[in-house]
Amino acid sequence: MDDTAKDTGIVGRGNDAGARLFREWFQGLSHAADEGRGAAYVFVMGSLCELLRVFDFPIVFPEINSLQTAVRRVAHEYLNEAEDYGFSPDICGYVKADVAVQLRGGAHPMGTIPKPALAVCTTACNTYLKWGEIWERMYGMPLFTLDVPGSRGAGLASAPGSGDFELDRRYVEAQLRELIALCERVSGVRFDIDRLREHMAHATAMNAGWARVLELNRSRPAVFNALSDGTIFLGVANGFRGTAEGAAYFRDLVEELAFKAERGIGTTIDEQWRLIFVGVPCYPIFRRFTELFTDWGGVFVNSTYLWFASGGANLGFAYDLARPIESLAEGVLLGVRDAMDSMFFQTRALAGMVADFAADGVVFHPIKSCRTVSTGLADTRRALMAVTDVPSLFVESDLMDRRVVSEAQMKNRIDAFFEGLASRRHQAAAATA
Amino acid sequence: MSATFTGRSAVPVFPAWRGQALDEILYHCRELVEDTDFPTVRRWREAGGKVVGHFQVYFPEEIAHAGGMLPFKVRGAAVEPTQAESRFGSYLCSILKTSLELALGKRVELDLFVTHPICDAARNLAGVWGRNLPYPCRILYLPQNPNSAFATRYLRDEYDRTRRVCEEIAGRPISDADLTHSIAVFNENRALLRALYALKCERPWQLPADDAYVLTAIGGLVPREEHNDLLRAVLPLLEARAAPRQDKIRVILEGAFCEQPPLDLIRAIARSCYVVDDDLLIGLRWITSDVPDGGDPLLSLAESYIERSAHSPVQHDLRKPKDRMLLERIERSGAQAAILMAAKMCEPGLEELVVHTRALDQRGIPYFVSEFEENMSSFDSLEIQLETFVENLLFD
Repeated sequence: MDDTAKDTGIVGRGNDAGARLFREWFQGLSHAADEGRGAAYVFVMGSLCELLRVFDFPIVFPEINSLQTAVRRVAHEYLNEAEDYGFSPDICGYVKADVAVQLRGGAHPMGTIPKPALAVCTTACNTYLKWGEIWERMYGMPLFTLDVPGSRGAGLASAPGSGDFELDRRYVEAQLRELIALCERVSGVRFDIDRLREHMAHATAMNAGWARVLELNRSRPAVFNALSDGTIFLGVANGFRGTAEGAAYFRDLVEELAFKAERGIGTTIDEQWRLIFVGVPCYPIFRRFTELFTDWGGVFVNSTYLWFASGGANLGFAYDLARPIESLAEGVLLGVRDAMDSMFFQTRALAGMVADFAADGVVFHPIKSCRTVSTGLADTRRALMAVTDVPSLFVESDLMDRRVVSEAQMKNRIDAFFEGLASRRHQAAAATA
Repeated sequence: MSATFTGRSAVPVFPAWRGQALDEILYHCRELVEDTDFPTVRRWREAGGKVVGHFQVYFPEEIAHAGGMLPFKVRGAAVEPTQAESRFGSYLCSILKTSLELALGKRVELDLFVTHPICDAARNLAGVWGRNLPYPCRILYLPQNPNSAFATRYLRDEYDRTRRVCEEIAGRPISDADLTHSIAVFNENRALLRALYALKCERPWQLPADDAYVLTAIGGLVPREEHNDLLRAVLPLLEARAAPRQDKIRVILEGAFCEQPPLDLIRAIARSCYVVDDDLLIGLRWITSDVPDGGDPLLSLAESYIERSAHSPVQHDLRKPKDRMLLERIERSGAQAAILMAAKMCEPGLEELVVHTRALDQRGIPYFVSEFEENMSSFDSLEIQLETFVENLLFD
């Protein structure tokens, strides 16, 4: 990085601001808990934040709370507590960490999590439903399932405007109207369609920003690491969805990354290998996990995680504020469906990603906790190998449970992968010499 | 060719039981249910019929049947998933792997495969299946918000989409009249299965759990007309069966909504207990009363799915809290205890164990918990534990 870049104060501010926003968010949650305010519990794949904010709910993302316990290296304490309560070692670690947070009255390493006044879960992940049922039993609060049908098969996503799409959109719209009535009852706040428009406008700006951020990483060198920096950006995209702060953050982030791209400024390492990440990060050793790749000059230029865990914000969908509820239904349907496609029918998208981002390799990281993401990855890898000759690595661990994370074994596999990449590059160079 | 099929093959695909005594009939049923080469499906195909494979838990089989096709319940099998293993990650239940193995190994050949997002693992099936097999693979999105006022309308349209896919495979239109006929066939089947389960509840000594299981499971393997023939013939024989009433406790078995325990395990349980109700193959008994005749048949099917149906851990319905449904099943069947099972690595099943055990603890109802796998072959330890559990109850 040259001095000019440092002097501008632009480079690096996305990470700094993201960390600050996160601290402030959790402080806000702690205040809400202190005041006894009930929160809206939501999930990243279809959070409906733009709607829920109309009713002034503090927004809680239990997935983010759980991963934070892993990043802060205390997840095992929470997992043990939930397993003592009766949950199996073989179910999602996110769920178990959250159960322990609830059993502890909301005590979390970053603050206090308020209790739920209601929960909204889409059907992008079945565990969302089972998770929500736990809160239902614990608190007796309403759980609203927003059923979002996905693609009926590979390459069969119905086109907006088609009859089949309209059938699904109408179903989603009808449920949104039912959710609005529920939110009014629970919050005591009357629905204000102009406030909805306001939050949808912010969400539209964030969607556009998110899509642009991902696109800017086609630069060589990449302007951010999709695994480490990308996770910070993703946190803001979810936690601040539909807010003025979120929209401003992404406006500034796009400016920062465009600035870097124009000047050929990359990440903090000398980029040797451009990689794509498929799966969910290894949060129990998050920093070290990233270093296992960056130590070799490997930079993740994109990741399916940044697609599905943003709830499909990567599409850059722009809401039509002239017909907000209809458009919200369309946006939620398209976004959540895309998130599902990014997990279940990803072969074509991955092949496109490899070409668009000039990737040298693809890293598949299935995890024990999440069968939604992980079940089909071995087969996806086979399919990808059949249509491209990009090298790939398949390494399993977990997003929460350090008992199934073997760092030494992982390092051996990763080192061998990079040695293979280097050998391949030498051979290619020799062949053209 | 398929236009000549109207649900009943010209030649029965399962003739072995006909004209036999009860014990022989049950023997042939057991043999068929445990046959991992699925001879009835093969015979159907050899006669020119087409097959729609549908994964657990529920599928509106009437639609495939109305197209003259054989709806085949894909529920795994006791086979080694040698080819399928490499298509999946670790930490996965067995049924997904063995189901795919059946297709990859050509033990069953299908013309269409339909799966449902019943759990995080199963929702990947359409992708994996579609990448490895040449015929169409589709996801049927049954409503996960059945409490929405729009859910029935949505499901009716979703069924219509399934009808269109089935028409393409069948090579002919599926009319409302075809559907109405099929609904009538399946209504009879549901009534017969209800009678079977009523007998099992009222006089379990005449119908042990393993016998009830095979008689039910045959429905997923043969045309429903043949299943109806079988049940019509067997029910009077079971009613008249001379079996002594024994001093066994009445239990319900819960947790077999998807992956199925091996028949030997069910038999081992039946040696110790009277299983008076269960959720084994609950999808075949999902709709709990007749689907109404008249009007739009797809709408009738959709309404029945939502309004007149059983429960399972993979359907979220505010009207069916899992703990209450379990307690109601116990109360309705007059059970004294519960056997709670979960397939290994089955996330919804394992999560439900927490709910169920807490509900039973609160009511003071005794229960026995065990994990299982469809491929397990040793039951000695489990049987001893179960006998101990039962003895504790009997002599308490």
